[in-house]
Amino acid sequence: MADKTLPPVDAVVVGAGWAGSIMAKELCEAGLHVVMLERGGPRSTAVDGAYPNSIDELEGAVRYKLFQNLATSTVTVRNRIDEQALPYRRLAAFLPGEGVGGAGLHWTGVHFRAMPQDLRLRSHVIERYGRTFIPEGMNLQDYGVTYAELEPFFDRAEKVFGTSGQAYTVGGKIVGNGNPFAPDRSDDFPLPPLRDVYTAHLFRNAATQAGYHPYAMPAANASQPYTNPYGAQMGPCNFCGYCSDYACYMSAKASPNVNILPALRRHENFSLRTHAHVLKVLLDSTGKKATGVVYQDAQGNHITQPAGLVILAAFQFHNVHLMLLSGIGTPYDPQSNTGTVGRNFTYQNITNSTVLMPPTRSTDQFIGSAGGVAIDDFNCDNFDHGPHGFIGGSPLWVNQAGVKPIAGAKGAITTGQRWGSAWKKQAIDSYRHSFTINAQGSNMAYRDVYLDLDPTWKDAYGQPLLRMTFDWKDNDIRMNRYVIGQLQNVVKALDARDVHYGMREAGKPFDVRDYQTTHLCGGAVMGDNPKTSALNRYLQSWDVPNVFVIGANAFPQGMGYNPTGLVAALAYWSAHHIRTQWLKGNGGPLVTP
Amino acid sequence: MGTGAAALAFGTRPALATPPQTSAPTPTNTAQPPASTAPFFTPAEHAFLQAACERIFPQDESGPGAIALGVPQFIEQQMATPWAQGQTWYMQGPHISGPANLGYQLPYTPQQIYRLGIAGTQHWVQTQHNAAFEALPPAVQDAVLSALEQNATTFENLPSAMFFEQLRSDTLEGAFADPLHGGNRHLAGWKMMNFPGARADYMEWVDRYATPYPYGPVSITGQTG
Repeated sequence: MADKTLPPVDAVVVGAGWAGSIMAKELCEAGLHVVMLERGGPRSTAVDGAYPNSIDELEGAVRYKLFQNLATSTVTVRNRIDEQALPYRRLAAFLPGEGVGGAGLHWTGVHFRAMPQDLRLRSHVIERYGRTFIPEGMNLQDYGVTYAELEPFFDRAEKVFGTSGQAYTVGGKIVGNGNPFAPDRSDDFPLPPLRDVYTAHLFRNAATQAGYHPYAMPAANASQPYTNPYGAQMGPCNFCGYCSDYACYMSAKASPNVNILPALRRHENFSLRTHAHVLKVLLDSTGKKATGVVYQDAQGNHITQPAGLVILAAFQFHNVHLMLLSGIGTPYDPQSNTGTVGRNFTYQNITNSTVLMPPTRSTDQFIGSAGGVAIDDFNCDNFDHGPHGFIGGSPLWVNQAGVKPIAGAKGAITTGQRWGSAWKKQAIDSYRHSFTINAQGSNMAYRDVYLDLDPTWKDAYGQPLLRMTFDWKDNDIRMNRYVIGQLQNVVKALDARDVHYGMREAGKPFDVRDYQTTHLCGGAVMGDNPKTSALNRYLQSWDVPNVFVIGANAFPQGMGYNPTGLVAALAYWSAHHIRTQWLKGNGGPLVTP
Repeated sequence: MGTGAAALAFGTRPALATPPQTSAPTPTNTAQPPASTAPFFTPAEHAFLQAACERIFPQDESGPGAIALGVPQFIEQQMATPWAQGQTWYMQGPHISGPANLGYQLPYTPQQIYRLGIAGTQHWVQTQHNAAFEALPPAVQDAVLSALEQNATTFENLPSAMFFEQLRSDTLEGAFADPLHGGNRHLAGWKMMNFPGARADYMEWVDRYATPYPYGPVSITGQTG
């Protein structure tokens, strides 16, 4: 092993997923010499997504070919502060990515904006319901940026991603039967919506009969061939049903690999290094300025890469981990509710309900895309929370991204023994005739839910693992149960044989053994107050102003929508302000605390 | 269960792979071809596997069972993968037990779970029924499997329920994974489910809501049912 220091560059970007690729592209366009460091290996859709070997359910969704290898690094998890946290040894509840493209290679492609109220939820709740509506122990916060400010960047991200969808209003005028709760848009989606698969069609009709407002889910799956502003080409989605967990062999699903990297690689001032695991951000003697990063390469060498600007764009909790390991900002202390790094760690509150249709109706669950049909009637603050006394909400949808038979068998609706002939018969029936409706809800931030460094376990590099302290809280449990109650109005309008409602139960703790979602949020949040946020409204560290931290770590609390659309918009927003303000200034804070 | 199972589990053959190298980072977790052609399971272990998988997924009026589908061969083939050697799991100690919802905390790899579980089950069955599992009538085999599922015993520190879940999960995977992994022979698992396999192009079928999808399955290597 030989440790060495490389010549300095203008900017180093940690992580080659969506956030890192967007930031690297923007900084290269600004003329900076950019090095992007990815701890995993090189990946491309042409190789990793090649038909037919890529569509192997065992390799993709069961053995997790494209995901983080926990043997190298993981987290520890506990439900309560007074509990012993234990390592997350086997992937299950959440599935972070690894390798070029990150989780952006294996995501499904559901591509939402954010609701205006979600971005200023604390202010909104106080305005509508009063300060006393916020439960004790809930760290409800604003993002410090508004929908109007982010709108051009949402629009930019949709055009880069080749997003298919149906708008409701553009420039204040109704243009189609999109989501009537959605905020106004400066432009339509770049592509028309994907067609409804059969089960989404059933949900659309039933939701209409129930008096709700179904709409086509926005999806970064191209409904037609598309060329994005970078000249990257996408094929049309053929509903193959291998979205989540796979690279898309049609190049129809947006990924950093398809939509950004081909253009990024053409910049002479760009370089990408794989198998480069960043160990820490290096700070100068004042602790207020980053001088670069140190990483371990594939041979085990420790390489110092000096840089004038450091962008942390790894997965949500890896960003927080790196800040804690590097001493950027003050670690959060749940006892005093002070400090910011690790604060406001949240998840997404998702439960799945399964509907069994009559034997005469084949649900063809193998047909799928990131599209589908949703209702927003119970999302965000689209309904009066006053009588219910909880904060948050949940869209309901059929988002059939292709159910393959291993998952179909393991998740079958059955009664009695979980194996043997009677089970087998029911499992086959379930696969052929059922479908799933998801309630994907918000998750509020709480004083005793946070991230810090684990005192016991270490990763393969000898550094302490990140520790998650997380559990479901009364507010969020009641929100989920209320929304599932409303779902019953939709199901009534279906000709269903049987229904199994998935619902949170009080006293049932967060369980790492079952897949829920990879939508982990917070831990290094943005905001307008350095006492309650690690980052300012431009995602710049309040403490080390030449470090920007991009990702869902910046969300002050979890929303009902999928996070990637907001992550991408925040990346473009941050990059815009780095280009137009930070690079032209003295490298200091863009916001005076 | 005393030390006998451990001796049987770990002492009879050196087939366990090198323990996972957690000191050096593993750069990728992509599957690799089997490193060795020597089978992992002994003939005696294989006999147990055949019998147990068939009870979990039996041949019946719904279609072929685990043996006809090649499930034991699938599990054998899986034992040669990095996964079976714990190379995709965080295996560093200390291994401390905790509430079930915080997940798997044992030091055992899938290979070790099988070695311990099969030996332990056979020992347990031998003391109770004075016969090997595979020699028992199906109804008794079912009762044994139910007892394992309900965590009636442990094999060293391995709860029998954990061994059962491994067996059940792998049996279903073997029945329904692409045949290139050794199971789902003649695509018979997919035919039972009406799953078209690697066809994976439904452009023309998305919104033909009243028309049953007409084509049978095809595998990754182009095999048809």
